[in-house]
Amino acid sequence: MARFSRRKFLQYSGATGMAGILASHRAPVFAQANTVHILRWNDFVPAADKVLREVFAPEVQKALGLKLNVETVNANDIPARATSSIQSGNGPDIIMILNNYPHLYSSAAVDVSAVAEEVAKAQGGIYEAATQLNRIGGKWVSMPWSMVPALIAYRKSWFEEAGAKSFPKTWKEYHDVGKKLKAAKRPIGQTLGNTFGDAPTFTYPLLWSYGGQEVDAKGKVVLDSKETVESVRFMAQFWKDAHDEGGLAWDDSNNNRAFLSGDISASLNGASIYVAALNGKDKFKTEKGAPLHTDILHAPLPAGPKGQHGYHTAFNHMVMKYSKNAKGAIEFLRWAHKKENYEKWFTVQKGFAVGPTREWEKHPMWNQDPVMKPFQTAPLLQKRLMGYQGQPDKRAAEAWNKFIVTVMYARACGGQMKPEEAVKWAAGELGKIYTAT
Amino acid sequence: MNDAIVGDGRRSRVSRPRVSRLTRLLESEKALATALLTPGVAILAIFIAYPFVMALWFSLTSIRVGDEGQFVGLANFTKAINDTIFQQAFKNTVFYTFWATIFKLALGMWLALLLNRHFRFKRIVRASMLLPFIIPTVLSAFAWRWMFDPTFSVMNWALYHGGLITDRLPFLSSGDWAMWCAVVVNTWRGMPFFAITLLAGLQTISPDLHEAAALDGANAWDRFWHVTWPLLLPVTLVVVVFSVIQTFSDFQLIYVLTGGGPANSTHLIATYAYQIGVASGLLGEGAALSLFMFPVLFAVVWVQLRSLKRMDNA
Repeated sequence: MARFSRRKFLQYSGATGMAGILASHRAPVFAQANTVHILRWNDFVPAADKVLREVFAPEVQKALGLKLNVETVNANDIPARATSSIQSGNGPDIIMILNNYPHLYSSAAVDVSAVAEEVAKAQGGIYEAATQLNRIGGKWVSMPWSMVPALIAYRKSWFEEAGAKSFPKTWKEYHDVGKKLKAAKRPIGQTLGNTFGDAPTFTYPLLWSYGGQEVDAKGKVVLDSKETVESVRFMAQFWKDAHDEGGLAWDDSNNNRAFLSGDISASLNGASIYVAALNGKDKFKTEKGAPLHTDILHAPLPAGPKGQHGYHTAFNHMVMKYSKNAKGAIEFLRWAHKKENYEKWFTVQKGFAVGPTREWEKHPMWNQDPVMKPFQTAPLLQKRLMGYQGQPDKRAAEAWNKFIVTVMYARACGGQMKPEEAVKWAAGELGKIYTAT
Repeated sequence: MNDAIVGDGRRSRVSRPRVSRLTRLLESEKALATALLTPGVAILAIFIAYPFVMALWFSLTSIRVGDEGQFVGLANFTKAINDTIFQQAFKNTVFYTFWATIFKLALGMWLALLLNRHFRFKRIVRASMLLPFIIPTVLSAFAWRWMFDPTFSVMNWALYHGGLITDRLPFLSSGDWAMWCAVVVNTWRGMPFFAITLLAGLQTISPDLHEAAALDGANAWDRFWHVTWPLLLPVTLVVVVFSVIQTFSDFQLIYVLTGGGPANSTHLIATYAYQIGVASGLLGEGAALSLFMFPVLFAVVWVQLRSLKRMDNA
């Protein structure tokens, strides 16, 4: 048998590039450098994740030579992944972070101002709320990707039977209709649980619409006010009279299941309930046998004595400082935000998520389905952010993460505390956060 | 070559096989002990001691995610003591550990006594009893969460259709109910560990002792109380020590079952420390919160181990 020396082997196999890999025990540098690992949530519209994996990945490979690894996890688990990645200096190149988390992780972010300014210039400007959440000290620490407007999905026929020809305009009207609906075993479903989306997007606007706020313009905690107490008192009664009281233990998916199974008549949600009903015409039916989606409409949260507010969950992409391929990650974001690419993701959302710029309000998709029309301009209703009247900074993020405002309502609704006690408790907890730093 | 004493007492030079250095080293008890212990000590140092020391250091600083912070002394501990959610979490942890351990011990003992008898399919029953302990906690907690679901609970459905209730029971939507639900799930999961360990202990007790006691007129309860229980006590204490440590520092079950809700009423120290340290990125505060477990567990273990020692000496 002819002797095949190691040297010879390396010479032969070197032609295919294997030698280097074998010798160094690692993948070639160009392959590593051209991979972008993005961590996102499990989208409530699964077709959108499919677009990322099956459309974006091959197209970005072709366009930029980038290999895109898309990893998706439960949204409630993303902060834990971000924390461990930042502390260990190893993890996804891009992490999708919610709301004001850019303020929490700003020191671990790569400046993406160039991309943000390009996109803003080309697409009619980024929404003010998204700007406040992502631009810190004049620098974009993350790139706003989308917003998921929170509107109330409701059963048109059931509301009509309860005497509401259109959706209630005020909290009082909503309470009155809700009372009749619950008496007819068709309660309103609302989570007041420790969960990232539907709970705070309900409780913060409710607080503001009664005139309550966390802090004043100087950053002094002013939550303990007669306006806040009034809103909590209202909610406790509204809860008892009109809601499915199991909502205290719901996460962001319970209301979807309860609505689709006909257990509740209304719920604050993204459009995922409607999108699921639309995609499951044969599966989800009304009690009369009609497809459920034909009986669903959307409306913003009602107005209180001090106005009408909404809160829409912001989804942002942060390029991590520890990334070995920050340049590739930025290039990917630049590519993904180009209208012709973003549109592929945007249209499968069917309005569940809206774009970060006003340009997307003009998309012809909005003419396809009138039921989704309220989502088109929903971000304009978002006039305030967490931590109002202060900044949506780290302290506001801590209060949000501790669910202080939501728990304030939950404690009164669950009968654990009187409204005054719940407000006092929440103001005390906020005080500790705002005086500590 | 060495000198050796031969049969007539004269010294003679005999040849011995050469002993390698390695063999000599391995024959040395000291060296062998060092060699065998080193991997274990290294693992403990890397995975237990290092994180513990880091947690201690973090707890004394204002470290946040992505920001090293600065030394703040005991400020994080003071903040924790004044934090009403932490106070609630601490009480919950004690409540959860106490009741879950009591139930696991009582039911585990009962099960062990039953399994110690002879009956058909004994082996199958013994093996299947371990299922709750074998299934990953996350999976079983998800299953229980479905059973306690506020809207679709199968238990509510069964009780309602059985005519036992007219309205849904608030399994997870009331703080008190949710805490008891967590105790039930923990008991269900941990009971087999108690049962199988106590069963092993029971099998070491000679049947002669029971026969002698029975001849002396002792009934079943007397035999258990005066024969079984004292002989089983050392094993029981060890099992209780393990269980207290695991239950007091439990995380997965609560995280999946209730997420600390409703209204923070089921947070344990571990879940709250996670929420603050990892989810909110306040690493220093999270480390301080988690360190509150240490003195409690240390005290419990110390008391129980002392009792064991006393029993050994008696």
